[in-house]
Amino acid sequence: MQDGYITEDGRKIGGVVMEMKNITLRFGGVVAIKDISFDIREGEIRAIIGPNGAGKSSMLNVISGFYVPQEGEVWFHGKPRPQMRPYEVAQQGIARTFQNIALFEGMSVLDNVMTGRLSYMKSGLFSQALWKGKAEAEEVANREVAEKIIDFLEIQHIRKTPVARLPYGLKKRVELARALAAEPKLLLLDEPMAGMNVEEKEDMSRFILDVNDEFGTTIALIEHDMGVVMDLSDRVVVMDYGKKIGDGTPDEVRNNQAVIDAYLGVSSD
Amino acid sequence: MRSVRPGGPEWEENTLAQTQSGAEGLLSLPALLQRNAKQFAHSPAYREKEFGIWQCWSWAEAEKEIEALALGLINLGVNKGDFIAVIGRNRPYMYWSMVAAQSVGAIPVPLYQDANAEEMAYVLSHCGARFVVVTDQEQVDKVIEVQDQLHQFEHLLYLDPRGLRKYDHSQLHQYSHVQDQGRAAYDEFIPELKKRRDELTYDSTCVMLYTSGTTGKPKGVVLSNRNVIESAKNASEFDKLGLDDEILAYLPMAWVGDFIFSVGQAYWTGFCVNCPESAETMMTDLREIGPSYYFAPPRVFETQLTNVMIRMEDAGNFKRKMFHHFMAHAKKVGPAILDDKPVGFMDRMKYALGDFLVYGPLKDTLGFGKVRVGYTAGEAIGPEIFEFYRSLGINLKQLYGQTEATVFITVQPDGEVRADTVGIPAPDVEIKIADNGEIFYRSPGTFVEYYKNPESTADTKDPEGWVATGDAGFFEDKSGHLRIIDRAKDVGKMADGSMFAPKYVENKLKFYPDILEAVLFGNGKDRCVAFINIDLTAVGNWAERNNIAYASYQELAGHPKVLASIREHVSTVNKSVAEDPMLSGCQVHRFVVLHKELDADDGEMTRTRKVRRRIVEDKFADIIAALYDGSETISTTTEVTYEDGRKGAISATLEIADAEVVSSMGHKVAAE
Repeated sequence: MQDGYITEDGRKIGGVVMEMKNITLRFGGVVAIKDISFDIREGEIRAIIGPNGAGKSSMLNVISGFYVPQEGEVWFHGKPRPQMRPYEVAQQGIARTFQNIALFEGMSVLDNVMTGRLSYMKSGLFSQALWKGKAEAEEVANREVAEKIIDFLEIQHIRKTPVARLPYGLKKRVELARALAAEPKLLLLDEPMAGMNVEEKEDMSRFILDVNDEFGTTIALIEHDMGVVMDLSDRVVVMDYGKKIGDGTPDEVRNNQAVIDAYLGVSSD
Repeated sequence: MRSVRPGGPEWEENTLAQTQSGAEGLLSLPALLQRNAKQFAHSPAYREKEFGIWQCWSWAEAEKEIEALALGLINLGVNKGDFIAVIGRNRPYMYWSMVAAQSVGAIPVPLYQDANAEEMAYVLSHCGARFVVVTDQEQVDKVIEVQDQLHQFEHLLYLDPRGLRKYDHSQLHQYSHVQDQGRAAYDEFIPELKKRRDELTYDSTCVMLYTSGTTGKPKGVVLSNRNVIESAKNASEFDKLGLDDEILAYLPMAWVGDFIFSVGQAYWTGFCVNCPESAETMMTDLREIGPSYYFAPPRVFETQLTNVMIRMEDAGNFKRKMFHHFMAHAKKVGPAILDDKPVGFMDRMKYALGDFLVYGPLKDTLGFGKVRVGYTAGEAIGPEIFEFYRSLGINLKQLYGQTEATVFITVQPDGEVRADTVGIPAPDVEIKIADNGEIFYRSPGTFVEYYKNPESTADTKDPEGWVATGDAGFFEDKSGHLRIIDRAKDVGKMADGSMFAPKYVENKLKFYPDILEAVLFGNGKDRCVAFINIDLTAVGNWAERNNIAYASYQELAGHPKVLASIREHVSTVNKSVAEDPMLSGCQVHRFVVLHKELDADDGEMTRTRKVRRRIVEDKFADIIAALYDGSETISTTTEVTYEDGRKGAISATLEIADAEVVSSMGHKVAAE
């Protein structure tokens, strides 16, 4: 397996973490993804873009193990990955955010972030209910991690606020916080900037870059905002009608004729 | 001259006895720090909320941190007399960096953290800062942006390494690393540090603060140790502040008030300085800490009051009625109880009940549950707002001060608090009033000079040490309290020779929520007239509730009902102005509600929303003429600039309204 590369801004990108090999995904007669291959390298920000209905979210669900492709294999850390249950995915160090926010609305921000630590909590039901011994120590340790993430994402002021009362942009940030609380190796972001105003997008972009920089987290993201994608990502996969039509650095992708056609359309003659 | 210090325990005891009794030997903040570390070793000195928990440093711990940083600064090559800029939000580390700078003979220069890169460049190059200490990436970026303009700049220390990993670190240093290096080089540099610390005198510069300056470039106000320590000592004694007091440090560090409260007074008395987790959590942190000594500009009190009122409107019927019932009672007797004046037994009982049901919980929610001494200053506070807090039993007072005076010029003593005065001269402050009404003062806090600006220094401070404030005011005969009426340059004379103080009247008008802005004219004339701007939010809200349809600001401003209510306000203000024989000539005879808001884009106001009188006077000359010639309406066309820079014009026919005036004794006013 080849070694990594150095990005324009001087970051070292490592070897391949995950590789998609000829993935084809069908829902009944509909082909959502057709024979797609690409890889994700350690420490990079990898974007998947494409027009509506191109199969981006399906692709992300394949990466997360939620969908099992009919053809092709997902290689993770150099081995073909078997079908997994959701908790097994989490144990492998993969965390994600959702296009339509999926937080516990009635719980506070802090509690939501703490749910991200669930896979690290080993004490039993009784011990936790009584909050004695191991459970107490565990809670304190996990709370510390959660608080560091709250500090990192600058959401201290809403720590005790129920999520339902938050505006959309902040909910998105809380979701990112919960994903980070799991201390993932690979972070999947499904349209992290959807529905945000310019300022919120700038904030979110900064957080994504900082997460990558500070924790060395590998990030795969889907995004519609081309400006954001081009600024953020190291490499971009472009999809259209379930097929891969481009793959490379933002500059390469921007000058790719197939990509330009897909986005701007082509005349029929 | 410094005497040679004998060693031995007897000497230790001696100095301790001395320090407890007075200021002997405590000639600088680093010296006060040494005393505190010994005397109050285990008392909390600093707290900061981080990761959801209040982290605490005792005086002994704080002293160690500051020493480590000071050693690190020597290690980096800080010389005596260097300037070290400090930029960022209130954090213990930032306060330490100022005292560490002083310890090594350098001069700290705190800057406003929201200053843009250009403003920062001016100040940094003006003082020639060799070192800059900042909190985070945002500030690092600003300094790097203007680095080319800073010829003396050498090293930058930052607190939070986040996002800075990829930066070129030849000039950047992480704060904690500098401390580590300082600790590592302890043996090497400690003699040098001690030597520099001992060389500090009462006249060494303690800090340099840049005044924001409404006109021209900011000026660097040099304050000596004497200025800061004497002022802190006097003010602490005045309000009996002690070791057990608590403050929340949340106001800009570049502001002289924060330096005196969070550094000067904290070091003098040894009380604890609490830093909020972030700007957004300030209100929550305020509540958690419950400071006993609190300072806020009127704006903060105003916002809090508005929030309380809005939330009460949303509360249940019973709670709302209870709130209003007890607040009415508090208004009646609260201030008197606070001032220890005689109040009937039944009223006291009812107040106690109200305290249990309403005032106590409310104060607790606001974070004022433990406030023993609270101050507001900076600008005039609305009497209703002021009374609201006082009636709850919060000892809110006013003071008058400025950077050049190391804050204190006048303060209100407990029990003599009023909304319309700023109190009596602070301890050791002499005040004189010039013929034109301008206030001059002389005090131990009087600043040394404006840095590199002898002309301005000479203009402001005369050889005898009297400093011109630029404000006009007078002492009330009965109480001996100072009242500020206006900026001295705006105060004029009416045709009959009586005083014309526009701001005094304008402020009274602006205290009404539906009046956003008022401009008074009358300098050299026989009577005063005024322009009024309505507050679109407040009046719009009122219109909505009363089903009054309007399509534009102009239409709402011209509505007969609005006019009627403004007329009522003006008449009430006239009555209150007339009570003051000196200023009764400033009553508003006629006024007009303007068809547009005065706006900075049109040059009518400064960016900080202060009215530019001359420009307004020129621009609306036709309306002013109409106000004086007795016409009932005036048609006018005004040029406006839109936010994108395009220009347009609006025309309107404005109705001119007469207001009731009160003729006062000894001063006849023709009320036609």
